[in-house]
Order: sequence, then C-alpha cells, then structure tokens
Amino acid sequence: MLTVENLNSAYGRIAVLHDVNLEVKAGEIVALVGSNGAGKTTLLRTLSGVQPAASGRILFEGKPIERMEAHARVALGISQSPEGRQVFGPLSVEDNLRLGAFRRRSPDKNTLAHVYDMFPVLAEKRRISAMSLSGGQQQMLAIGRALMAAPKLLLLDEPSLGLAPLLIDQILGAVVKLKAEGITVLLVEQNASAALAIADRGYVLETGHVVLEGKGSDLLEDPKVRAAYLGV
Amino acid sequence: MAEFLQLVFSGLTVGAVYALVALGFTLIYNASDVINFAQGDFVMIGGMGTVFLAAAGIALPLAALMAIVGAVIVGLLLHRLAIEPARGASPVALIMITIGASIFIKGIAQVVFDKQFHSLPAFSGDTPIQVGGATILPQSLWVMGVALGLFVALYLFLEKTLLGKALLATAANRLAARLVGVNVTIILALAFGVSAAIGAIAGVVVTPITLTRYDVGTMFALKGFAAAMVGGMGNPLGAVVGGLLIGLLEAFGAGYISSTYKDAVAFVVILLVLFFLPRGLFGGRSVERV
Ligand SMILES: Nc1ncnc2c1ncn2[C@@H]1O[C@H](COP(=O)(O)OP(=O)(O)OP(=O)(O)O)[C@@H](O)[C@H]1O
Ligand SMILES: [Mg+2]
Repeated sequence: MLTVENLNSAYGRIAVLHDVNLEVKAGEIVALVGSNGAGKTTLLRTLSGVQPAASGRILFEGKPIERMEAHARVALGISQSPEGRQVFGPLSVEDNLRLGAFRRRSPDKNTLAHVYDMFPVLAEKRRISAMSLSGGQQQMLAIGRALMAAPKLLLLDEPSLGLAPLLIDQILGAVVKLKAEGITVLLVEQNASAALAIADRGYVLETGHVVLEGKGSDLLEDPKVRAAYLGV
Repeated sequence: MAEFLQLVFSGLTVGAVYALVALGFTLIYNASDVINFAQGDFVMIGGMGTVFLAAAGIALPLAALMAIVGAVIVGLLLHRLAIEPARGASPVALIMITIGASIFIKGIAQVVFDKQFHSLPAFSGDTPIQVGGATILPQSLWVMGVALGLFVALYLFLEKTLLGKALLATAANRLAARLVGVNVTIILALAFGVSAAIGAIAGVVVTPITLTRYDVGTMFALKGFAAAMVGGMGNPLGAVVGGLLIGLLEAFGAGYISSTYKDAVAFVVILLVLFFLPRGLFGGRSVERV
C-alpha cells in the first residue's frame, strides 16, 4: 500500500532523514520505533506532505505522491493523528471531528457514530471545546478526527505519549480494532514494547537511518532492541 | 433628550461602518494572524468605484456590484502577491506589508480616480425621519441594516458551515488544518476576498453620508482597528460592539465637547484599551504586541 524509497528530508540545511526505505502492506500494523530525535515525526510529516521531501519517492497504492499537496493526500486516503494531538482548541469536540471529514464529498453519519462508539467519552463531551478535554481525551479526539477522513492508511504519532497505563491499553486496543476493520496503520511509538507487541512488522529508526526491520515479535526478542529501547 | 438621541443616531451610523471594517480585520486576523491595514482601502474602493462607474452611465446597483467585485479582486491580489509570498514572516513584517500595500492602493487610486471628494445620491431619498424629537436619515437606516445583515451572514458562515469552521480551524492550528485536508491557501484567499467585499459594501452604503476620496481608507482602517482592539482582536461580536462604541464615543465627543477632538477619541480609546485591557472587552486572542 505504501512504499518509501530512499527518502530524504531536511529542516533547512539540517538533514534529518537519510535514504529511508520502508514498506507498509495493506491490512498491516507497522510500528516505527526509535529514540528521541530519530526522525519518526519528520517521516510521518513527510508522508502527509506537511514537510517537503528533499529527494526519494513515496508510492501510495503504486502512485508517486511525494510532490502532492497535503490536502490531496488526505483525499487519497492518508490521514494522520499528529504528535502532541494538535486539536482545534477553541472548536467543539464534534466540530473537530466533522473537520476530520473535510475532504469527503459525502461524510456519512455512520463514521461519526462509529468514532463515538469507539470513544464514548467524546460523545459525552461533543459540545464542549477541545481545549477543555484532558490529555487522554484529546488523544482520542485526534485519532477520531483522523478516522473521520475514512483513511486507508492511518498514521499515528505517539498516541500513548503522556497517558496513564490504563488509557494506553485502551488506545492501543482501539488500534488493533481498526486493523480488524481493514484500516492499515503506521504507528510511531517511543513505547517500543507496547507498539511492537501489537504490530505485524516493525522498523527501528536511528538518527534518520533505518537500522533494523522485521516481524514485531522478532524485534521484541532482538537483543539490540531490548537493550536500546526496552531497557532490559 | 432630543440632542442626546440625535447623537446616538449619528454615532450608531458611523459606528456601524467601523464595525464592518473591524469585522474585516477580524476575519483576516482569524484566518492568518495578519492585521490588514489595507482594510480601510476596500471601503474607499467600494465608494469611489461606485461613484466613477455611476458617472460613466452605469446604473447605481450595477455600479455598486462592479465596485464590490473590483475590491474583492484587489483583496485576492493583495493576498496572492503580497501576503502569500511572505508566508512564515513575522507578524510585524506582515503588518508592514499591509501598510505598504495600503499606500500603494492609495497611489493607484489617485491616478485611476482623482483627488476630489465625491458623494453618491442617498438610496431612499433625503427626507429625514422624525423619531422622538430627533431625526434620522433614511441612508442611516440603510447603513445599519446592511451592517446587521452582513454581521448575521458572517456569523452564520463561521458557525454553521463546514467551510466557516475550516477557517476557524486554520486560525486555531494551521498544521492540523492541513492534516485534515484543508487547503490553507484557499482559506486565506477566501478570508481576504470576503473581507474586501465587506469593506467595499460598507463603502457603498456610507458614501452618501460621509463622502469619499482616494485616501479615506486610512481613517477607516484606524477606526476599524481601534474597534477590533476594543472588542478583542479576533472576536466577531467584539468587533461589532467595539465599532458601535467608538462611533458613539466619537459622536458624544463631537456633540458635547468639540468636534475638533472627534478623531482623537479613537486613539484615546486604543491607548486605554492597550493599557488596561490588552485582550479587549471580549477577550479575543492575544495580539503579539509590537
Ligand atoms: N521544525 C524543526 N526545525 C528544525 N529541526 C527540527 C524540527 N523538528 C525536528 N527537528 C530536528 O529533527 C530531528 C528529528 O526530529 P523528529 O521530531 O522527527 O524526531 P522524533 O523521532 O519524532 O523524536 P521524538 O521521539 O522526540 O518525537 C531532531 O534532531 C530535531 O531536533
Ligand atoms: Mg516525534
């Protein structure tokens, strides 16, 4: 579904991604792990088109999209729940969700009902402003907003960041459910053990290079991964 | 009492125009964080454009429509040629750009139009209407009615349509707006276009009362800016209340103190607001102080 070939990306003259190669097949959960500043967020931003690719190719369902504008990529079926949630603070929860469906010609009511089903607390708070939600609720809102686009490929950037363990389980449980519904997921996490545990395959990114890739379960067993990211 | 009422009428009339200019400021500021000091020049284009097109023999309603469309085109060009290329520049730099654009527009207007004052015939005649011992011109009712209509339309657009929400979302978080698929460039162009239309419509309806000239935009921009600051920059309701308040203060200042100080009222109000209520009466988003 998504093929990344020799992708480079930079902030001004500071190169951040170096010849990244990566593949996400339809129906998979792929985890992307790596320490602080490895370039995970930059990679997702480049995939969504809010950060330009310096060189390399991004193929989505076989089509090159690396020169495409961000809004056109959403229309193709790539949506993202960004790092730090980035909800529309002054707008209501429901308006945040409805804006998630901005690119859809006919946003059906079912998607909204489905998101409320998945995160009932959002339904409860539908009328209040997004900035008055707790961190965990904002995270659910960010994911729900990305789901409103009815994506084929969902990019999740650190959905568990700063959340209590119980909430982390709930969010990752939701990701597994999404996979069962046929949504392909690229999941960025610093919480490597949790992410690899639910992933089909995983990539390890270090200072902008892909240094390891493999099945989620294999990476979990890998001594290097265990030492660097699992603290064992 | 009659004198008081008279001052209220004239205050509300000019206040309605200031409110419309302030709404233009609000819309552009909301979408882009730009404080557009060329906002007053849209008022001038609406008035002067109508005067000159009408003088060329075009029926008044059509002339007004063409002038408004002309202002919208100027607004879109302002965005495309001056604001968009400077994307990412600091708020101060963007304000400078709009001030430069305003000077440029006035320069062109001197050449395309002229340097004289002009007026338009009142839409519904000049017979004053008696109200409680005071009088009100039919044109004042036009100004207030049009202002109210535009305010309601803008409110419905922002609160009830997804496109309006997208504009507010772009203001709240531009990155997130791009991630949900909002074409931010088009949203900003929309804000400039609609602001230009609002300003130009205000110019058409107020010209029969206040006269117009190539440089009236400066005064409208300052008063409208003061109104927007008083109400809280970025808050549409605040813009309207601020505009009416400044109009009323000006009318009372002129009526009870001296008309010499009329224009000073707005500046005193700006200073007081910046000093005591930096976020305005309605607590708009805080403006980076320069
Ligand atoms: N806007 C920016 N301008 C300049 N440099 C940036 C910018 N954003 C990130 N960087 C740099 O790019 C590198 C990669 O950052 P990135 O945010 O992609 O890492 P990350 O893997 O997501 O880290 P984290 O786990 O902390 O979220 C870092 O060295 C960071 O300092
Ligand atoms: Mg990151």
